[in-house]
Amino acid sequence: MIAEAAQHAEVAVHGMEWTVKELFTYPNEFIYWTIQIVMYPFLTGLVAGAFVLSSLYHVFGQDDLKDIAKFSLLFSFALLLVAPMPLLFHLQQPQRNWEVMLTPHFTSAIAAFGMVFSVYMAIVASEIWFVYRKFFVERVNELKNKEGLGNAILKLIYTILTLGVFDVSERALHKDERAVKMLAGIGIPVACFLHGYAGFIFGSVKANALWMTPLMPVIFIMSAIVSGIALCLLTYIVIMEWQKFQITRHGRRSWHMSADEVKGAEIDMVRKVSKYLIGFLVAAITLELLDLIFRGYTAVKSWDILRSVIYGKDFFNIFVLQYSIGNLVPFVLLLLPGLTVKRTVLATLLVLFGVFMMRWNVVIGGQAFSLTFAGYMHYHLPIIPHDAETFKEGLFGALLMGGLPFVFFWIFNKIIPSLKYK
Amino acid sequence: MKFTRRDFLTTAAKGALITALPAGAIKFLGPDEVRADIDSSGKVRWAFLVDTFKCVGCGLCVKACKNENETPYGAPVTRTWVERYIIKKNGEMLADTPLGARDGFTDNKVRGDEVDPKDIGKAFFVPKLCNQCDSPPCVQVCPVGATYQVGDGVVLVDRSWCIGCGYCIMACPYGVRFFHPVHKVAEKCNFCYHRITKGMQTACVDACPFGARKIGNLKDPEDPVTKIVLTERVGVLKSEYGTKPQVYYLGLDENVR
Ligand code: SF4
Ligand code: SF4
Repeated sequence: MIAEAAQHAEVAVHGMEWTVKELFTYPNEFIYWTIQIVMYPFLTGLVAGAFVLSSLYHVFGQDDLKDIAKFSLLFSFALLLVAPMPLLFHLQQPQRNWEVMLTPHFTSAIAAFGMVFSVYMAIVASEIWFVYRKFFVERVNELKNKEGLGNAILKLIYTILTLGVFDVSERALHKDERAVKMLAGIGIPVACFLHGYAGFIFGSVKANALWMTPLMPVIFIMSAIVSGIALCLLTYIVIMEWQKFQITRHGRRSWHMSADEVKGAEIDMVRKVSKYLIGFLVAAITLELLDLIFRGYTAVKSWDILRSVIYGKDFFNIFVLQYSIGNLVPFVLLLLPGLTVKRTVLATLLVLFGVFMMRWNVVIGGQAFSLTFAGYMHYHLPIIPHDAETFKEGLFGALLMGGLPFVFFWIFNKIIPSLKYK
Repeated sequence: MKFTRRDFLTTAAKGALITALPAGAIKFLGPDEVRADIDSSGKVRWAFLVDTFKCVGCGLCVKACKNENETPYGAPVTRTWVERYIIKKNGEMLADTPLGARDGFTDNKVRGDEVDPKDIGKAFFVPKLCNQCDSPPCVQVCPVGATYQVGDGVVLVDRSWCIGCGYCIMACPYGVRFFHPVHKVAEKCNFCYHRITKGMQTACVDACPFGARKIGNLKDPEDPVTKIVLTERVGVLKSEYGTKPQVYYLGLDENVR
């Protein structure tokens, strides 16, 4: 029926491309929110998580996290720049996106996006500035006597980054520290808000039986922190391994530590951070299970169809991919004594996958059943794009979004070496 | 739509500026004031009445609507549609709406499977359209205010303003919204606003040969629709969502989704 309609359709109906309907659904129902809407909370989650990790050091003085804190702060910024892009990609009229800022309609959860996002951006950017201000000044002084165009450009960049403040006296630096602490402190609730609010966008849709729960923002925050910590840990390991490799290849002079020293520092950090990861993982799973149990116990009108989706159609996605492979396995991997770097890499990858699947199961799973409660919709992710839409809302569009933060981070790290600088 | 909400707001804002500036202040219009300005009479509240006993599932209303409102004919999306419900003697419920019933129901097949008339306990048709809800969640969630409610109760979409985020589509419990295949913005039934504001009937009301569809003004006690809503037993769809829908049904069955 649908295929036949597609032949007759003079123009493409948004959603028809990747939606297969089953049994009784309303004619206008399609999977309208696709993979980019999965990417959006996934990315904001990573932002929030990375920031919280860095704040654990700056605010709560968790000294064991000192090295990773600076790095995750910068990484959080790279992620933050990409976080709104999936939303933009998914708009039917992306050129009008400014209207969200210019004519916000405040009864809408999305309307606050511009504001929350800008505030958060400002906080992270100024925190980075305070953390690295001394470094910028040092670089400018270093580059003063050097010749060449490259150095001149670098000097210009660093001079701009100092914002004209060259005071690096004891007192000024002390003030910087206080500012960092304060910003990191304000940042935590704002980060939680940024992401909890992504949860609110879904949780407040009363028409959607799967999404509507006041727990949604809290669940989102917990899984956000989990994914952020996992990603920072993973990236940290990759960078450290790379440096070890460099040291063994070029000898000591390119780095201030020996390969063994790097290795020692690395496994130390890995063990510490993984403890935080386990803690937040437990909190996240507890909340998700609470939600599931509560739904089953109260069994309101929508439960019949929800049950058939959760325990039937989406069973593999939810219980195998998300809970088992994405939560249980890494949990055990991290808990078993004698944690190694290799095992941590596997565990963090699985954790990230698990959180991604959780977003998937919320966003796509929430559209897997019809508003009639008597039919289903299946989502077929477009893989090979044949037009702009199947690219934007397909696998490659999503991969682009997933890859961009690393590109940004790589560029930032050229200017602000977040791992070398002590 | 020629007069968009933006036009309106710009005009209103300009007007407000001109009147307020001499007093040395800029006046911002609240949503209620904007609403009051659009229909200050408060004498109209459009509502719809569907008599399911009269509907035979011919789909002429769907055809008429597609033509009137330029919804691409071949596309499965539609502003109004008709559902068929078959409740078998064993209690099993079958329902379908192929292409929104654009071509009417002409055989006993539900999704390709023949239904034996001997097995049928009851069967009926239910036309659907936007409920122009009194508290419309679609309006609530629109991040830019491109979906808005007019003083006479009708919910409209400003095509020049909608960013196409789809939030309203997600928020409507009745599944009446979709993206217009040509304009690429949110689309839905608006009670043929261009017609009813000129004293005409909606295209579907005009097209229905059996009088199953009626539009009326709830604020007018003499209106036939108002009389029926006030004196007979009518039902609305999915009242549990708190949307206060304004499409009333005669002969609504508990199986209707
Ligand atoms: S039926 Fe749906 S689209 Fe129409 S006013 Fe109600 S919520 Fe909005
Ligand atoms: S799709 Fe358009 S009308 Fe609907 S919520 Fe988004 S901007 Fe508003």
